[in-house]
Amino acid sequence: MSLPFLLEIGTEEIPDWMIPGALENLRLLFERLGIPHDEVRVDATPRRLVLRAEGLPARQPDSEERIPGPAKSAPAQAVAGFARKQGIAPEELAVESTPKGEYYVYYKKVKGRETKDLLGESLPGVILGIYFPKTMYWTGKGGPRFIRPIRWIVALLGNDIVPFELAGIRSGALTSGHRRLGAREVAVTCADYEHRLRDHYVILSAQERHDRIAGQLDPGRVKADPELVRKLSYLTEYPTTITGSFDPEFLALPGEVLSTVMRHHQNYFSVVEAGGRLAPEFVAVMNIESDPEGFVRKGNERVLRARFNDARFFWETDQKKTLAARKQDLAHVTFQAKLGSYLGKVERMMTLAAELGGDAHAVRAAELCKCDLTTELVKEFTELQGVVGGLYARAQGEPEPVWQAIYDHYKPESMDDSIPRNRTGQIVAVADKLDTLRGCFRVGLVPSGSRDPYALRRAAQGVVKILVEGRLELPLGELIGEDASLRAFFEERVKYYFKEIRGFGYDEVNACMAAGWSNLVDLEARLERVRSLRASPDFEPLAASFKRIKNILRQAGFTGGGTVDTALLEEGPERDLYEEFTRTAGQPIESAISRLRPKVDLFFDKVLVNVPDEKIRRNRLTLLSTLLAEFSTIADFSEIVTNS
Amino acid sequence: MPSFQEIILTLKQYWAKRDCVIQEPYDVEVGAGTMCPETFLRVLGPDPYRVAYVQPSRRPADGRYGDNPNRLYKHSQLQVILKPAPADIIEQYLGSLEAIGIDLRKHDIKFEEDNWEAPTLGAWGIGWQVMLDGLEISQFTYFQQCGGIDLDLVPAELTYGLERLTAFLQVKDSVYDIEWGGGFTYRDVRYKDELQYSVYNFEMADIATLWQLFDLHEGEAGRLLGMYDPKSAGKKRFPLLPAYDQVLKCSNLFNTLDARGAISVTERQAVIQRVRKMAVAVAQAWVDQQAPVAVEVAE
Repeated sequence: MSLPFLLEIGTEEIPDWMIPGALENLRLLFERLGIPHDEVRVDATPRRLVLRAEGLPARQPDSEERIPGPAKSAPAQAVAGFARKQGIAPEELAVESTPKGEYYVYYKKVKGRETKDLLGESLPGVILGIYFPKTMYWTGKGGPRFIRPIRWIVALLGNDIVPFELAGIRSGALTSGHRRLGAREVAVTCADYEHRLRDHYVILSAQERHDRIAGQLDPGRVKADPELVRKLSYLTEYPTTITGSFDPEFLALPGEVLSTVMRHHQNYFSVVEAGGRLAPEFVAVMNIESDPEGFVRKGNERVLRARFNDARFFWETDQKKTLAARKQDLAHVTFQAKLGSYLGKVERMMTLAAELGGDAHAVRAAELCKCDLTTELVKEFTELQGVVGGLYARAQGEPEPVWQAIYDHYKPESMDDSIPRNRTGQIVAVADKLDTLRGCFRVGLVPSGSRDPYALRRAAQGVVKILVEGRLELPLGELIGEDASLRAFFEERVKYYFKEIRGFGYDEVNACMAAGWSNLVDLEARLERVRSLRASPDFEPLAASFKRIKNILRQAGFTGGGTVDTALLEEGPERDLYEEFTRTAGQPIESAISRLRPKVDLFFDKVLVNVPDEKIRRNRLTLLSTLLAEFSTIADFSEIVTNS
Repeated sequence: MPSFQEIILTLKQYWAKRDCVIQEPYDVEVGAGTMCPETFLRVLGPDPYRVAYVQPSRRPADGRYGDNPNRLYKHSQLQVILKPAPADIIEQYLGSLEAIGIDLRKHDIKFEEDNWEAPTLGAWGIGWQVMLDGLEISQFTYFQQCGGIDLDLVPAELTYGLERLTAFLQVKDSVYDIEWGGGFTYRDVRYKDELQYSVYNFEMADIATLWQLFDLHEGEAGRLLGMYDPKSAGKKRFPLLPAYDQVLKCSNLFNTLDARGAISVTERQAVIQRVRKMAVAVAQAWVDQQAPVAVEVAE
């Protein structure tokens, strides 16, 4: 008989961003129980994590346990003792021959357990085993930990309750509806569970809630924001959109400020006019079915009005003091306790911007870019740091390259984010991040494991992305300086960028970085070359040969130097290889590879390097090392992983 | 349309019916209801407790001379502590909103993750900000630690921002326009406080004097705490509550100095540590003082 299974963990509101991970974890922990089943699906709302499976057996299959007994040669008394212990007669024992001799053995029939019992025993562990980034206790010190208090549990196998107790909660068949639109207790079965929830204003499927929100947004007017749709689908059990409006006067404020208030503080969607300009409207998502009296709309409008009023007040107050006039105030803003104030940082950045080849605009942008930290608007909306500085700089008549550089200098905030739009911004952004990295590493603030309070990984990753995508041919090696741990840190970031973000093979990255990585633009060009070379049928065999050459040179302790003495070359494969190499020398590897490869193969096939004659041996090693050196400026091909 | 004071009375009554002690505000300046001994000390230890009180909360840096419609130097929090938190605590909380006239089938309530932390108190908890039609009206926290100590029973702390809630119910854009009661507006009652304290906190507070006061209160707290002896037979009568008052004084002086712009960012951390050290010391001594005295049994 095959049975459906339903587990619902009823909780208080779980943080939206943790839910998808928790569900995958729940699925995994269930699979690990090893109970056979057909389809499994997981679902969640803020107040419930749900796993449903089909086709569970009522009982686990019977099995046999092999219990080894005494040797056949053992006294009858011992054999009888063993049999008695197993609760059987000695005649029922089997005899097996093993490498050590013949032994009695008992195959005990183990009756398969009731699946219900097995589940009842395992589910508390499954539930408490779900990983959450931050957990709490609620039943008292030493009690179970979960993301939020568990308030009910539904556990059904077929028509039966899977009985267990967890955190003082007994599993049962009662779920709970929407906090205000549904009933507090709703009896369910495996078959009607989802329906019953819907009757009580809970849409179980996150996808369905997502689609319900998305379907109510006018794609022509509402600014697309898939991340916000996703977030709201996990903040609600029964989402419905409402459209509100605000006083068009507020449109005089920068769109960035309006959008930030709406998006980050209120979870609203922005509405745009045909031309892309913000409209004085917003779309909010509420957790009820409708707003016939407009209470929710009016409430949200008032909140937004208060927020916009604040922003306007800050915007106007801040303008009374220019960015330039705020520079000295940075002496009172700590950058980091051991690294001094932002004034010091800004002065270092100005020098660095010039060193990086920045012009007067870059130096000016470096000078002003942190001044917005003293403004009221940034104190209120910290996520707008940089942006606000840029907007003030523009309003205060700073040239376009300067205000844009200030605006962009925190970019890229992630690997999906773009780099600063102009050269000035790129230089200031690199100067800012590099200064932070140098300073932090100097005073030992080095990230360890997942701990990276100063976001140094992001800073270094940002430098890499800007240098490559901004095609800034700056000597990263020199900029890093002598600090070996900072060098290693950057090396990891460069590898990560080319492997994970750009999709190069790890061996390609290793090979090309072995030939140097100080100039990242050049590194990228070499990677592109190796990637296209790799398509050539001659490439991998040649790479394998390079590996062989490297091994030979290493075993011989040969460090290179010297030139090939042509007089010592043997006619045939050795001289052929040399001549082909001379002909192709200086040509790009792309055109040489197909001609060179057969010569190299033949050489290794026919010519012995380690001959007794010291002069010939050295000459051959010289030939190989010259060959290796010629192409190692692109990459160390011996790092390429080959199939041969 | 309920007045400010009717809302307060209704909420107090609501929680009184749920077996809470209704306390009056603590008579020492605090930045938040959490800092009152009724919360900070009562959440420690194994004894259940339930209390509700309105606490005027002073945040010198938030003063705006009475000009800003939403920001106040001194606002009123209704603080509810249920220790341990009952299983239907959220239902009870929602019921309290309905008691003051909010029909929650017609309004949008969301619980958005917001874990509370008070570094000066060595305290933190897990919880939410409660959003009513997009307005944050409450902070809901399950305390986990206080004074750096894991709590035996997990209390729920509910704080209601009373001015906001009232402005919401009375549909007022400015807190100064809300009706307090008896025909008086919030402006009538509180405007002078806002104006004069803003002037004092931002312009006229004497920095040297405040630092002296800070040192004096810190000294007195330190002196007392240094004398607490966990092994003393008379420890039950030791004045930890007065020592804690000294800590509260320091905390408020710190906030005032901060608003006055007298604390550099570099110093900030160090001063927070000084307050925290005292708060944690009081909490630890308090736990020890509350514990049953071990009776030595003669062999």
